[in-house]
Amino acid sequence: MTQLNSYRTGPDEEGRFGIYGGRFVAETLMPLVLKLEKEYEGAKNDPSFQSELEYYLKHYVGRPSPLYYAERLTSHVRSMADEKSGRAGKKGAKIYFKRDELNHTGAHKINNCMGQILLAMRMGKTRIIAETGAGQHGVATATVCARFGLPCVVYMGATDVERQKPNVFRMKLLGAEVIPVTSGTATLKDAMNDALRDWVTNVDSTFYIIGTAAGPHPYPELVRDFQSVIGREAKEQMMEAEGRLPDVIMACIGGGSNAIGLFHPFLDDKDVEIIGVEAAGLGVDTDKHAASLTGGRPGVLHGNRTYLLQDEDGQIKDAHSISAGLDYPGIGPEHSWLHETGRVKYVSATDDEALEMFQLCAKLEGIIPALEPSHALARALDKAAEMDRDQILLLNMCGRGDKDIFSVMDALGAD
Amino acid sequence: MSRIKARFDKLKAENRAAFIPFIMAGDPDGALSLELLKKLPGAGADLIELGVAFTDPMADGPSIAAAGQRALKSGQTLRKTLEIVRSFRAEDDETPIILMGYYNPFYSYGPEKFVADAKEAGVDGLIIVDLPPEEDAELCLPARAAGLDFIRLATPTTDDERLPAVVRNTSGFVYYVSVAGITGKAAGQTETVKGALARLRTASGLPAAVGFGIKTGEKAREFAAFADAVVVGSALVDEFAKALEANPGESNNAVNAVLRLAQEISGAIRAARV
Repeated sequence: MTQLNSYRTGPDEEGRFGIYGGRFVAETLMPLVLKLEKEYEGAKNDPSFQSELEYYLKHYVGRPSPLYYAERLTSHVRSMADEKSGRAGKKGAKIYFKRDELNHTGAHKINNCMGQILLAMRMGKTRIIAETGAGQHGVATATVCARFGLPCVVYMGATDVERQKPNVFRMKLLGAEVIPVTSGTATLKDAMNDALRDWVTNVDSTFYIIGTAAGPHPYPELVRDFQSVIGREAKEQMMEAEGRLPDVIMACIGGGSNAIGLFHPFLDDKDVEIIGVEAAGLGVDTDKHAASLTGGRPGVLHGNRTYLLQDEDGQIKDAHSISAGLDYPGIGPEHSWLHETGRVKYVSATDDEALEMFQLCAKLEGIIPALEPSHALARALDKAAEMDRDQILLLNMCGRGDKDIFSVMDALGAD
Repeated sequence: MSRIKARFDKLKAENRAAFIPFIMAGDPDGALSLELLKKLPGAGADLIELGVAFTDPMADGPSIAAAGQRALKSGQTLRKTLEIVRSFRAEDDETPIILMGYYNPFYSYGPEKFVADAKEAGVDGLIIVDLPPEEDAELCLPARAAGLDFIRLATPTTDDERLPAVVRNTSGFVYYVSVAGITGKAAGQTETVKGALARLRTASGLPAAVGFGIKTGEKAREFAAFADAVVVGSALVDEFAKALEANPGESNNAVNAVLRLAQEISGAIRAARV
């Protein structure tokens, strides 16, 4: 691994992280993307924009989210470790949760939506569009649109509309129009295609709130910046709780917005080990998974170069994960770069492992995690069991599992 | 001289606009799309745009997106599309072929290897929807170095400030997208398109084609009065799909249905400046 002086300087002027990122969009969108970049630069350096964002994050979203010591999960890991080694008292790091599942709307998604809608209004846009998979980003977008009185159109794969009825109803209740997408394979990537088609058709009025740290530059950068509040708070809170930084931080990765939000403020803390967890579906050696870094290779989709699940001809393959939020065949470009530089280690967890953690965390901590962070939890338990007791592992609990109870019930065959 | 340049010079001498049909390679399968391709010049095609199927065609409407899905389902790949061009070229050395698609299949093929193989197969130009001038180093410059034309799309959102960048490395012709939107919807207003094409011609010194939303001979004729070329895609692709669906066993009928529509449109274009 090449040691860089800083891992926090990207993207460059072309919107690249190493070779990843860029602006691979149709000419119709180029002037908009360039304008957005310019406007975002302005907003970033405008104290009044930042203080407005802080105000809403505090009073509407409910930030800062707590940092929580997961004591019973820690005990569980310690007894597992003792059992494995046959002796007592050596292994099992303290596990902390950054509790972004306590945000308004139940996930980290709203951090980004709040930032983007303020940016949209600053640019004088009068209509908002978004794509959604499980519906979490759609709900967060519909929420901020309701709050600021802007019309909202959410594109959602037809199969997801069927699977995620409660979220579809929530979005409608919030005043959004949900458009089922039947093109292509009718999943999240196709919802993103249709959102881009809408944007290209309604360039003057419309702002596209992308839900993850992907898409053409400057989206990966601005989504990361809006989500970095997670890592900044966690750092401060950990200093307060333990007087030092954690030894390991972990998060789940689909497109990777919660992960980059936690990771980015820690990238130059060389003693902090950083681990991202992709969705292995039925296993990364099968064709039913969503692990772009583990099972994909670099390609170009949705405006950026990044690792993609694709066949030999460069056709995009469908991703699979029990968690609709991780069910995407790509990943944010900054993660591709962090993977190649070796600064962040990327591993994976299967559907079954996530299901097991979903139940374990509910029983031991009284916290029903979303299926997404349940993936991270699976690898976090293994990792903590190998670490010493005086070490600390921090996991981003990026969403709550209320939305998942029906699909988990189905998967477990419960009634 | 490139086939594209030769063809536009000839059309200029004849004082008429080019008819550029678009069909999808591999739709509904390789053999039938090749058969249609070979017959298009006889139906009045002056240049041909051959679609390269992609799973996620972000700038395409339902018609062309569905054609791409059918092609992929039949097993079409970029390699096989080059084979189609090679077969076409064995019989026709004059009609320019332009491949139109999205970057990832080309990137996956390897840009350097692709431009060499494409040149050898008889491809004349490329239109890659998601490669703006900011990404010219990817494929535009290698294509130009290999002697392929790289045809840029200009759109209603391309303002004066941006136009020089858009035309800088363009060659062959420039393609004006008549509306901000996707393929197969309504076409732009005639006067607006006329002004835009004049502006493009001045900035690039190249012929200016217009496409997106042109579905009838009437509309084609209207644009052909002042455009250097008129592109028609969705209407032809739809005609093909409709005929195949109505009579699945009668592929000849479907090919003929497309050729009839092509003839009608090319006739209208030829009549535009009479």
